[in-house]
Amino acid sequence: MPDGALPVLNVRDLKTVFQTRGGEVHAVNDVSFSLKPGELLGVVGESGSGKSVTMMSLLGLLPSPPADVRGGTVMFDGKDLLCVTQEELRSVRGGKIGFVFQDPMTSLNPVYQVGFQIMEPLRKHMGMTKRQATARAQELLELVGIPDAKRRLNDYPHQFSGGMRQRVMIAIALACDPQVLIADEPTTALDVTIQAQILELMKELRDKLGMAVIWITHDLGVIAGIADRVMVMYGGQVVEHAPVKELFNDPQHPYTRALLKTIPKIHGGRAARLTIIEGQPPMMTGAPTACPFRDRCDVAFDRCAAENPPRYDLGEGHDAACFFDARTGGPRDA
Amino acid sequence: MLDATKKPLVSVKDLKMHFPIYAGLLRRRVGEVKAVDGVSFDVFEGETLGLVGESGCGKSTCGRAVLRLYDITSGAISIDGREIGATPQTALREMRPTMQMVFQDPQASLNPRMTVENIIKEPLDEHTKLSDAEKREKVGELMDAVGLNRKFAKRYPHAFSGGQRQRIGIARALALNPKFIVCDEPIAALDVSIQAQVVNLLEDLQEQFGLTYLFISHDLSMVRHIATRVAVMYLGKIVELAPRDGLYADPLHPYTKALLSAVPEPDPSLARSTQRIILKGDVPSPSNPPEGCNFCTRCPSVMDICKRVEPEYREVHPGRFTACHLYNDTIDTAGSTAGHEAEGHTQ
Ligand SMILES: Nc1ncnc2c1ncn2[C@@H]1O[C@H](COP(=O)(O)OP(=O)(O)OP(=O)(O)O)[C@@H](O)[C@H]1O
Ligand SMILES: Nc1ncnc2c1ncn2[C@@H]1O[C@H](COP(=O)(O)OP(=O)(O)O)[C@@H](O)[C@H]1O
Ligand code: SF4
Ligand code: SF4
Ligand SMILES: [Mg+2]
Ligand SMILES: [Mg+2]
Repeated sequence: MPDGALPVLNVRDLKTVFQTRGGEVHAVNDVSFSLKPGELLGVVGESGSGKSVTMMSLLGLLPSPPADVRGGTVMFDGKDLLCVTQEELRSVRGGKIGFVFQDPMTSLNPVYQVGFQIMEPLRKHMGMTKRQATARAQELLELVGIPDAKRRLNDYPHQFSGGMRQRVMIAIALACDPQVLIADEPTTALDVTIQAQILELMKELRDKLGMAVIWITHDLGVIAGIADRVMVMYGGQVVEHAPVKELFNDPQHPYTRALLKTIPKIHGGRAARLTIIEGQPPMMTGAPTACPFRDRCDVAFDRCAAENPPRYDLGEGHDAACFFDARTGGPRDA
Repeated sequence: MLDATKKPLVSVKDLKMHFPIYAGLLRRRVGEVKAVDGVSFDVFEGETLGLVGESGCGKSTCGRAVLRLYDITSGAISIDGREIGATPQTALREMRPTMQMVFQDPQASLNPRMTVENIIKEPLDEHTKLSDAEKREKVGELMDAVGLNRKFAKRYPHAFSGGQRQRIGIARALALNPKFIVCDEPIAALDVSIQAQVVNLLEDLQEQFGLTYLFISHDLSMVRHIATRVAVMYLGKIVELAPRDGLYADPLHPYTKALLSAVPEPDPSLARSTQRIILKGDVPSPSNPPEGCNFCTRCPSVMDICKRVEPEYREVHPGRFTACHLYNDTIDTAGSTAGHEAEGHTQ
């Protein structure tokens, strides 16, 4: 990893397996990445590629069984989060690491008022009085653009629209001025004008607080606008990783290249039909012994079925897990 | 093509859906949320009407109200020649196979105790006389169609990622070959490559069976791809409705202009250099909309009249509807055959 500044979060070889009745599902395979203070890492990848499970694993949020975090290290604040006590982990979660997840498990509780749910971490992690927490909660709701903030503190989640609920969740994640914010598709259901506001807000908070952000999204437009670096996941693995301009201008992995072709545009010509990536996502049963993308890859060759490609360093902070060298048009290590 | 033979499959007139607000110890009614506040539009047979707008503006409520998943406050809804605005829920049952919905939140619409196979099969059990083998085959085809591996049939929803769950919901909605489908953010939870597959699939099915869609989405690039015409909502009202090409090339309403300028470009250099109209302020509360034009608190072109008089929603060019005082001088062309905007007709 070509990292200058000391990373605030450093994940090495993370491995998570689910035990299911149909056998093991290898959801995360040796995932490594790091995050510098103030940096925004975008994570993209197909549904089921392991983005959420990666983040849930490192926060210890997966129930075990069925989940089994089998290996790796997650260094944060001088400690390996995979080795600390449940109690220590709880104080990190929602405190120094804020998160917004698409998973309902960690979303709003329907039986409590929204205000109460925003105030809870403030009282728990920051030791605020009720009055201070109420004021801060209102401020946070205003920050994420909820009209009538004061009155809405007393509302229940069902009284908010889907997009508003997501904004409330962002408010909760930001409550304790986290060092790292992990956001899993937080603007997916939002309208673009609000998304544009939230992305502005994110950049602002990052500059102001030096907060590092992991932003999971399927929207390559969002990634293009805010990410410093991008990590592309496929089949539980990191298949490509590069500074944002590099990734868009010079994608090296066949999956990334295909992905960039599937997005419709707001300007210019309108394709009669969208390009799709043929085939289906891998089953991920058993540890990988071959390239997970080989069934859908248009440049696959024999070696791809025999070995799982490692992440090849391509220089300038760019790496790709592929045996095919898109620059030479031939196999690597040949 | 919007030619004379096009007839509306769905026709909505002045639809209102207001939710009561209760407060205090006695839970007294203290006001109402005007989630949908007087919208009118047609959806032509075989077309896709895109419905876009800001979070909380009432898109989902509108879609659900049109399918009568609510008892509406007022207005008329006709689907396939039947007026259903005031039809009691029990009498709507026989209409249900005709009109289906794909939901925004896949979690809420999938029973956690049923296998994927049974979830998709349920509408077939309820509304068809297919044999077990036929049903199983149909379920398999639907799973193929939405990009789910058939081997997942016996798994439960919790074992799927968000995107995979949404595909289950789509397969289920498609099971009865409905005529009209309200798709509420159907692809929001899917990654782009699967979005493309699903959108292509929706288009194929539309062509094959002459399906009609109301496609609710916040993804304006995708709406540009899939929609025949597009309606833009703001705070419970439609502010602009136009054929797709006209809307994207030349938006009329100031809100539509801001909306289009906020779309993220999948190009890092462009994304960082483009001058955006970032709207100031908040969306007003739908329980307390501003006087005059609903957009007057955020509109970059606001005028005095906007704060007093609500602009009329009308056809300002053939096929192009908007509600904005900037177009008060535009001759009402409804019914006339103005030549220079003929393009609006052919889209
Ligand atoms: N059952 C309800 N009771 C009270 N208010 C409601 C109810 N359902 C929706 N609302 C309110 O109606 C308005 C419109 O909600 P709706 O869910 O239609 O928004 P939306 O456009 O779909 O937004 P999003 O895309 O964020 O989900 C919001 O202000 C919401 O808080
Ligand atoms: N509780 C579970 N039991 C079994 N498999 C699971 C479970 N949760 C997730 N998976 C599997 O793990 C993989 C990764 O899922 P996830 O990380 O949620 O995808 P995404 O990238 O969309 O967030 C998928 O194949 C999914 O089916
Ligand atoms: S390793 Fe082989 S199959 Fe995998 S992406 Fe590269 S060329 Fe394609
Ligand atoms: S009526 Fe006035 S406030 Fe409303 S959109 Fe038009 S110019 Fe803006
Ligand atoms: Mg996910
Ligand atoms: Mg909605």
